[in-house]
Amino acid sequence: MDGPALIALLQQAVPGATVESVPSIDLQIAIAVSRDHVVDVARVLRDAPELRFAFLAELTAVDVWPREPRFEVVYVLVSIEHRLRLRMKVRLHGADAHVATVSGIWPAANWLEREVWDLFGIVFDGHPDPRRLLMPEDWEGFPLRKDSPVQIRRPPHVAEALQVTQEEFAANVERDRLTRRG
Amino acid sequence: MGLESEYEIPVLTTTVEKMVQWARRSSIWPVTFGLACCAIEMMAMSCSRYDIARFGAEVFRGSPRQSDLMIVAGRLSRKMAPALRRIYDQMPEPKWVISMGACASIGGVFDNYAIVQGVDQVVPVDVYVPGCPPRPESLIYGIVQLQQKIARQHLT
Repeated sequence: MDGPALIALLQQAVPGATVESVPSIDLQIAIAVSRDHVVDVARVLRDAPELRFAFLAELTAVDVWPREPRFEVVYVLVSIEHRLRLRMKVRLHGADAHVATVSGIWPAANWLEREVWDLFGIVFDGHPDPRRLLMPEDWEGFPLRKDSPVQIRRPPHVAEALQVTQEEFAANVERDRLTRRG
Repeated sequence: MGLESEYEIPVLTTTVEKMVQWARRSSIWPVTFGLACCAIEMMAMSCSRYDIARFGAEVFRGSPRQSDLMIVAGRLSRKMAPALRRIYDQMPEPKWVISMGACASIGGVFDNYAIVQGVDQVVPVDVYVPGCPPRPESLIYGIVQLQQKIARQHLT
């Protein structure tokens, strides 16, 4: 299946979706999909018998700041059955950077979307576990955004050792002893 | 000197301080703590070709509670910094720290948001070993420097 046939199939299967071809420096098919129809298009890509993109190889993002729309979420899909690869992109504006999660279609998207949220600050609506993945839990900002500083000069967060007095220590030991006894 | 010649048995006199210093510097047990590629050189140093056992520091302990020395071998990320500090706090006194390599000492090539620019912001460092990564000989030299430092530390 080539690019135009794939786009025609998707547009016929998902009415209202904007699916267009985007430039590709290799021979891999590359399409851009409108933000509101990502989940529907993803389901067709996975389930249609002539596509069967069952394997989400990569989910990442690109920041082209200061151009708008500044974010591109990139889904790299593999159809093992039909020996196809597909690059699907969703373009997002900086002021409105959120897109529906595809972790219900491909479970592999769960941690990949957490990584993109962690580093780019793109919100994945309906994500089952929207926590940071790589950066510390108390981190402020999204380091892979182009307007985020690369070098920061501030002391690292280090928790101090627990300081207890001798009486508190003895009381804690006594409490633990009583707790163990039940 | 008087004592040795008076009794005709092998006796050496010394001070408690010197004996403690000798004992401490001759059995520096490092904690098993490798962060990056410097740890590979640290392992090479402990293996038979370079053989840090010659200096009494070959017993890499799995628990910080049995360790005297922490070799910070590699770049320290900001997320890892609390863990490193916690391991250091769990080590019993007296304890020493060697900052191994450029990344641990000043951040190295990783001048970015994720890496602590020098572990001396997190733990007090006794010896800095330069290199990227340092060869095992360099680290052995650093441990010998640390031994000389321990030999000069007074008990009081």
